Parts: sequence; C-alpha cells; structure tokens
Amino acid sequence: MTERKLANSQLGSLEYDPAPESAAVARLAPSYGLFIDGAFTDPSAHVQFASINPANEETVATVAQASAADVDRAVASARRAYESVWSKTTGAERAKYLFRIARIIQERARELAVVETLDNGKPIRESRDVDIPLAAAHFFYYAGWADKLDHAGFGASPRSLGVAGQIIPWNFPLLMAAWKLAPALAAGNTCVLKPAETTSLSALILAEILQQAELPDGVVNIVTGDGSTGAALVEHPDVDKIAFTGSTEVGRLIQRSVGSSAKHLTLELGGKGANIVFDDAPIDEMIEGVIDGIFFNQGHVCCAGSRLLVQETVADEVLRRLVRRVEQLRVGDPMDKNTDVGAINSAAQLARIEELSAYGEREGATRYTSSCVLPEKGYWFAPTIFADVAQSHRIARDEIFGPVLSVLTFRTPDEAVAKANNTNYGLACGVWSEKGSRALWVAQRLRAGVIWANTYNRFDPTSPFGGMRESGFGREGGRHGLEAYLDV
Amino acid sequence: MSTAPLRLVTIQDHGVRIPSPSTLPAIESEAQLHGLLASLSGVDAVGVEARAAKLATRSIKKSTKLAAINLAISMVDLTTLEGADTPGRVASLCTKAMHPDPRDSSVPSVAAVCVYPDLVAHARKVLGTSSVAVASVATAFPSGRASLNVKLLDVREALSAGADEIDMVIDRGAFLSGRIGQVFEEIVAVKESCGNAHLKVILETGELVTYDNVRRASWIAMLAGADFIKTSTGKVAVSATTPVALVMLEAVRDFAETTGRVVGVKVAGGIRSTKDAIRYLVLVNETVGAAWLSPTLFRFGASSLLNDLLMQRLKQQRGAYVRADEFSGD
Repeated sequence: MTERKLANSQLGSLEYDPAPESAAVARLAPSYGLFIDGAFTDPSAHVQFASINPANEETVATVAQASAADVDRAVASARRAYESVWSKTTGAERAKYLFRIARIIQERARELAVVETLDNGKPIRESRDVDIPLAAAHFFYYAGWADKLDHAGFGASPRSLGVAGQIIPWNFPLLMAAWKLAPALAAGNTCVLKPAETTSLSALILAEILQQAELPDGVVNIVTGDGSTGAALVEHPDVDKIAFTGSTEVGRLIQRSVGSSAKHLTLELGGKGANIVFDDAPIDEMIEGVIDGIFFNQGHVCCAGSRLLVQETVADEVLRRLVRRVEQLRVGDPMDKNTDVGAINSAAQLARIEELSAYGEREGATRYTSSCVLPEKGYWFAPTIFADVAQSHRIARDEIFGPVLSVLTFRTPDEAVAKANNTNYGLACGVWSEKGSRALWVAQRLRAGVIWANTYNRFDPTSPFGGMRESGFGREGGRHGLEAYLDV
Repeated sequence: MSTAPLRLVTIQDHGVRIPSPSTLPAIESEAQLHGLLASLSGVDAVGVEARAAKLATRSIKKSTKLAAINLAISMVDLTTLEGADTPGRVASLCTKAMHPDPRDSSVPSVAAVCVYPDLVAHARKVLGTSSVAVASVATAFPSGRASLNVKLLDVREALSAGADEIDMVIDRGAFLSGRIGQVFEEIVAVKESCGNAHLKVILETGELVTYDNVRRASWIAMLAGADFIKTSTGKVAVSATTPVALVMLEAVRDFAETTGRVVGVKVAGGIRSTKDAIRYLVLVNETVGAAWLSPTLFRFGASSLLNDLLMQRLKQQRGAYVRADEFSGD
C-alpha cells in the first residue's frame, strides 16, 4: 500500500511566535550569603561561586560556599532556636507560620517560577504550573497537621527529633525544600537546609519569605555550597536527623557515615521506574502519560518512567506513536511559555546522559532522536527513545536521569512484573490498562514505593512518596511523612 | 572509559500517515459494526481532560495570533438557528459573512452561513456565487426525532433550495440504546441523498456523555460517509468542550491512517471568544497537524464568535480595543 502525505500533516508544525516570560520578574540580587539565625551572613572564608543558567551558561547570581565552620554556626543556631523557641510553641502557633509561608509562596509565585527556571533550566510552564503551586500546597497541607499530631497515629503527644539536617537535589529545588521543611517544622523540629550546588537560588528567595513570614530566627537555616558542605552537615554531632534526596551513590556514603551515630535517617534516592503498557491501555492518554513520565523536567525525575515495558501485540503501534509524539515536543528556551523540554541542568549531567546513551547504541538498541534544533549555548540533549532494548543493556539498568526512554517488550503479565522488578531500584512504576482487576493484580506484585495506574508523575501533598531497596527508605508527604520527623 | 561520539539518528517521518488508495471497510451487519467499535481503544477521562487543559496553556502571541484570528474567521459557519429568524436577518448575516468587516477588505470571508432549511433560499439569493457556502441543518434538527422519510425529505428540500452543506443530527436514542446499525444506516441514507453536498454529522456529544461514546459515534459517522463530524447542535446544556474536540480529532486522525479517508471536524455551541477559538486551533495543530488548519477540514459553528474575532483582530493591529458596537450585531 502506498502512502500519501497531506502537506503540513506534521503534528505541531504551525509556528508559534516566541512567548517569553520576563527574566526581570526574578528581582535577584547579584550575590547571596548564608541564611543563619534569621539573617543573611557572609561565609567565614568569603568564598562565592556562580550559579549558572544552564540554558545559556550565564551567571544568574553568586552564592556562598559554606565551610564546616559555617555549618557549625547554622547547626548551633538551629539548636538554640529549638531549645528556646520552637520546641515550646504550640502546634497551632507553628501552623500559623506554615500557613503564612504557603500564602507568601503563592503571592510570589511568578517570581519564584522565573527564578527556578533561570537557575534550573526547566520550562517556565512546569515551574509555573507544577513546582511552585505544589510547594505552596505542601506548606498548606502540613500546616493543617501541626496541631493534630496527637491524631496522626503515632501515639499521644509524639515528640519532635530536634535539629534536622536536610540535603536536597537540583531537579525540583523549591519543591524539594518544601517537602523537607514543611513536615519537619509542623512536627516541631528546627532545620538546616542544604540546597544543591547548581540550584540554590529559589531556596534563598524562600529564606526571604521566611523573614517576611516572621518565622522565629534560627528555626530554618540555609547553607549553600558543594558536597563538602553537605558532608559537614551529615557529620555534625549535634544534628539529630538527616534527610537526603539525591543519588544512590551519595545516599550510600551518607548511610555509612550516619550508621555509627544515633542520628535518624531517611533517604530518597534514584530509580529506574517501569511503565507497563498492556494492549488494552487507553492508547492516546497512555502515550501522553509515557511521554510525560520520561520527558517531564527533562527526565530529571527520580521516579521517571525511564523503562517502558510494552505488550508485544501493540509494541509497533505504541513505538510509532511515541516517536511521532517525541518529534512534536518543543525543545528550547525554558523561559518560553510554549517550551515542553528545557535545558539539562549542568555540564556534568549532560556528560553522563551522553555517556549512557552511547552505551545504548553500542549495545545494539535502536535509537530515535528528535530532529529538534538545539540552541548553541547551554547544556542540551534532544529527547531520545531507544527501542529493542534488552534487560542486560546498561540503558535498561542504570539511572540516566535525562530525556532518554528505553523500550522493552513483554508477552504475559508475569513477564511484565518480572521485568519491572528486575532492578536494584524500587521507587515508582506505572500500569496502563482499562481493566481494573489487571492493574491491581500487577500493582500488588510490583516492588516499588509508588504505583500509578493510567497516569504517571502525579504528585499531591496528601499522598506518601518514597522508595524501597536502592531507592531509599522513609516516606515524604501525607500522614506518613510526619513519621520521618517524630520520635516514634 | 572512552565515550564514543554520538551517531545522531533523527526521526524523519512524524506526520499523519494516510494510506492510498483509501480502503473504507464495507459494513454489512450491525454485529460487524459492534465488533469494529469494540476494537477501538478506550478513552481515559482524567487523561484526556488533563491533555486538553495542558494544551490550553499554549501562549499564542503577535503574528501567530493574527494569523490564527484570520484563520478562525475563515473557518466560521456563521449560524442563526432561532424560531424567530427572518429572511431579513438571514440576508444581513449573509452580507456580514461575505464581508465580516466592510471597512477592511483584508478580512477573509467566513466559510459558510448556517440556517434552517426554510431560509436556505433566502441565503442562497444573497450569497449568489460568493465563496461563502450555504449550510443547512436538517434531519429534524435538533432532536432528530422523526422517521427516516421525514428526515430525507428535510434534506432534499434544503438541497433543492440551494444548500451546499447539510448538518444532520444522529439519532441519539438509537445510539444510546445500542441500535447502532440504525444510526449507521440513517447516515448512509442521508449521505446518498446529499449527492455532492458536504455532509456534517452532529453527534450531540453533550447527550452521549462519555468520551468512549464520543469516540464510537465518531467512527460510526465516518464509516457511514460523513465529510465532517460535528460536536453539537448548540441546543442542549453541554456543547463543545476541548476534551471532546480532542477525542474527535484523534478519531479523525486514526480514521485517516486506517482507511485513507480524511474527515473534517466542526466544533459548535458556546464558542464565543477568540481565546476559545485559538485553543481549538492549538488542539488541531498538535493533534492532527497543520493540514487540518483549513476551512475544508475544520470549522467553528458560532454566531457571536465572529465579532470577538474582529475585535481582537483590530486590537492586534491597533494595539487598543475598539467598542463592541463598531461591529454589526447580525
């Protein structure tokens, strides 16, 4: 059968004029100090480093490199605030501050979205519609718990832990800060937060918001810096709790370090999520969900659906539609309101994605890469799908943390479950089927903390999130998220 | 380890692939039709609504916006379907259809004027040989509650009065009670009566309720020979919505890829603002591709939409809004 093509039958081929958000909305200072004891202070060694916009490699602002001595000051401030103020406030009083913070985040949402996109490289549509609203929602949600801890299922009057050291990743900078701070503060702890080296700025705007909300001095301290700052925080003897979100590699080091101490620990690490597609899946919505599952936030998502397991009977059709849809993704200027896929966060991450993708080709997978034109400056990787991937390929085993999907096939539900579970990780999985009984049957057998049915990457503060095996332990979000910050 | 240089394999073909020649399956029994509909994928309501909402956030600015407004004007089926319609009102509407803004000849004329059958002759007289088509609702519009003979007579009278396009309604009662063979056969019969006239089949999606039903009804209409599938009459509580339009556009795309027949989509009812119209154009662009961005394959059934398009057009050109009274009511 021959095929004819309608002129312009390419999806999304209508040109959209640029629709850029204004960078001036960010109102950033040229440089930022450390937020300790309620005020911005210079780091003891007076070392600043640049925070780069990954979309054009320009410096957005400089931030302070906190030394071990600075971390010590921050922990001491948190300890003082815990002993003298925060551990003595009532739940209702703590809720008052959390509600205020949530409200101010909403009021300054546009500014925060712009800061996030400039600093991280993610599309403004995502920071505007996902990151910032969800961050506010987390503060609202845990504000509601602050005076109801007696009823959270951990016994009467559960006690807070003390000083929490919290280390967060660069993929959802403000949202991860909210995930860490909101439950910790609601439960009555004080915090020392260490943002990721490449994405400190939204946390520093959050520091301004904490001042605006008149949160008592020292309840939250924010120390910026590289891995050495994080290590100083983890090793600090006066920290009662470490909460870490990031790579499995660093998580292992932290666990080793914390292991010999009395510190409480929760880890949210990497993943290699499987999206399982049965032949009765709602095909159009499934395609969107699979695309969103791997290309949302450039694939910089620990729970990304980076492995697609598709039933053999529909594999060709699904692949054809996926490839067509990938070509349609609008890749480019993250500040453009119509951009779907933005910049890779750093040169180091780009190198890792390129390295692992090269393995995919060498090991024999078939590569489909979007023909989108990538900007010359900045860190970019065109959305990519690998078909004909085998279980033994590195791209089916290692977390790529980028816009790269590996497609594998299966014949029976048992095989789908076996393949999905054949990983060291266990963070998230998706099941796509119009048959409810099958979705439940599969979900019960998957070893992962989060299972989505007929959707993917859906987050809500009321729902617990976390992994098993090398994806870490502990839960964030929901009632369960309180447990990580209570002495239970 | 050393990193091998990347071999860039880029995606070449990503459009809607339409087989040629077209191979419309012959439907010989209701059981066969049931089987065909059962083979269609289900629609996940949460997913389709999320996709439509996401596409609604597209920001259409500057020259794209002006082009979209002009395109939308050319896609309007300027409609009046009131019991109180008069030949004079229809004549006024036809004048406006040909020259939406009489002071500016660069404004395209609309696609068609859409009226009840008894007013077709009046519209035809005013429109003459202009590019604006006369569309007539028929088949006991809007309820469709009449015998097939009455419906066919309705169609024939509209055609003999000069209609170029027929907007028929499906029998929702038959569809919802499972008599899909009857729905199919009625459309086939109307299509036969239409001859060369274009047939738009109104699904009345507000009465079909579920997205699965919208997808199935779309396929029945296309298999029976519809040139266009249309959302609504505008006479029931729920008219066109973006998720419903998305499901119909997906149906049109899949139908073209399966059979080689290219079918158009008309959204109607409740579309009043330029913003709404542009949202539909974005849906078309990103679901079936720019090939459908033409009045031959996409239409808006609307009345007040045209004036808002004209007002926004002037706003784009002058940088300031003009009064609504700058434009005629009919």
